Amino acid sequence: MSESIVSFEHVSKSYPQYHQITGGIKQFLFNLPKAVRLFKTARYLALHDISFEVKQGETFGIIGRNGAGKSTTLGLIAGVLKSTIGKVSVKGKISPLLELGAGFNSDLTGRENIFLNGVLMGLTRKEVANKVDDIIEFSELGEFIEQPIRVYSSGMLARLGFSVASSLDPEILLIDEILAVGDITFQHKCVERMMSFKQKKVTMVFVSHSMESMVSLCDRAMWIENHTVKMIGDAKAVVKEFVNQS
Amino acid sequence: MNRKVQHFIDLVLVLTQKDLKVRYKSNILGYLWSVANPLAFAFVFYVAFKVIMRIQMEAYALFLIAGLFPWQWFANSVSVTPTVFLSNASIIKKVNFPRNIIPFSIVLQDMLHFIFSIPVIVLFMLIYHKLPHWSWIYGIPILLIVQFVFAYGISLFVSSINLFFRDLERLVGILITLCFYFTPIIYPLEMIPDKYQSLVNLNPMCPLIISWRNLFFYGKVEWMYIFISLGYGVLALLIGYAVYRKLSWKFAEVL
Ligand SMILES: Nc1ncnc2c1ncn2[C@@H]1O[C@H](COP(=O)(O)OP(=O)(O)O)[C@@H](O)[C@H]1O
Ligand SMILES: [Mg+2]
Repeated sequence: MSESIVSFEHVSKSYPQYHQITGGIKQFLFNLPKAVRLFKTARYLALHDISFEVKQGETFGIIGRNGAGKSTTLGLIAGVLKSTIGKVSVKGKISPLLELGAGFNSDLTGRENIFLNGVLMGLTRKEVANKVDDIIEFSELGEFIEQPIRVYSSGMLARLGFSVASSLDPEILLIDEILAVGDITFQHKCVERMMSFKQKKVTMVFVSHSMESMVSLCDRAMWIENHTVKMIGDAKAVVKEFVNQS
Repeated sequence: MNRKVQHFIDLVLVLTQKDLKVRYKSNILGYLWSVANPLAFAFVFYVAFKVIMRIQMEAYALFLIAGLFPWQWFANSVSVTPTVFLSNASIIKKVNFPRNIIPFSIVLQDMLHFIFSIPVIVLFMLIYHKLPHWSWIYGIPILLIVQFVFAYGISLFVSSINLFFRDLERLVGILITLCFYFTPIIYPLEMIPDKYQSLVNLNPMCPLIISWRNLFFYGKVEWMYIFISLGYGVLALLIGYAVYRKLSWKFAEVL
């Protein structure tokens, strides 16, 4: 049996209601007793008692409705969020979380974002420089690579994000609904690359609403409903059950 | 070179470059700004106090500049501090890296601008027939470190807290202005009335600016002021780092 790369043991994650305080010091101080009480008690439970493991080289899918807690799970794996209860352990070099929307820094060009991205991921600038041409070629962004990414469309951002993250030799790749926005050709390219990652035994955790790519890419899948695990197992079986339910 | 060290350097470099671009559009503009801004203020104060109010001080222009340049470094670093994590939200939410490198590289960058503006101070010294002193060789690095530690500590504190209390930004702006006028930058320490002299060292920037000016003006390294400044610096860093440590794992949640 291969080694487990990601493991969640009875993990719960709740968010405090930060809007109570991000309104500002003034507001906070004027409503002090109430604000403190609310802040202490009113927490939003996003994940409740989740346990699962992802093995070395496995492609693991997460499905569930909007707001179920899929992105929260990925954030916990990426280490940008911390669990409230329970233990999350992850081994290996993680790619930046690939998700929709904002790219890295909108004032920087695509090329500069590649460097920022790579160095944040743990590579030196020289190591990134060796790969930058491949990344640009894969992204097919052409001359747009020298433009600030604020002018990119969401599909172009997804291209850049996927190209970078997948070119920097990650040991764990985290993908959040990113395939949905690219055009068909790029989607194919992404799926192809993910297939080659599978062969290279890169561990992937994959959130998608496309049941088709879920089935074709993932070995196992987890279905999160109402912030807790509804079903976990063979990807085909989980997807089938999920589709029947909805 | 050790790969870890190389990576740390690259991380600071990439973040600094990014920040330069976002703040000033280019390195040159950033430098010009850090020189032109205190020069403009020096001009205004010179006109107001020397030309109009006729303050009795020799080399007043040089006096102003010797205090305004290091002040500018501090004020620049601290005034952007409240928003540094906000403006880096997208990287903080996606990658787990030591977030304190962001304020670190900001303070570092402003320090470099300050270092490159020292020749302007020398130029003004030459105008007033003064020469750089050999004590600068150790005086400048010591003060650079002391001020860096202080500014970085404050930055860590303010940037972490501001994520949770977003109006801190405005408060910081007011505090910087207050601190400016309570620090002997546009007036000499001696002019402060005797009964307030004992309060002077309660303002952390006060011994620091006095140290810089003593160094530039007279080539004097006064250890008492330096130690007081260092004390404030270490205190700021300890508190700043403690607050940062306590809050940093929540950054991705609030952003
Ligand atoms: N930073 C946050 N602060 C408060 N609540 C949050 C935060 N992020 C997510 N949530 C809440 O947690 C729940 C799960 O969110 P998420 O993991 O993004 O769901 P999914 O990706 O499955 O659509 C949602 O109800 C969402 O409103
Ligand atoms: Mg989501």
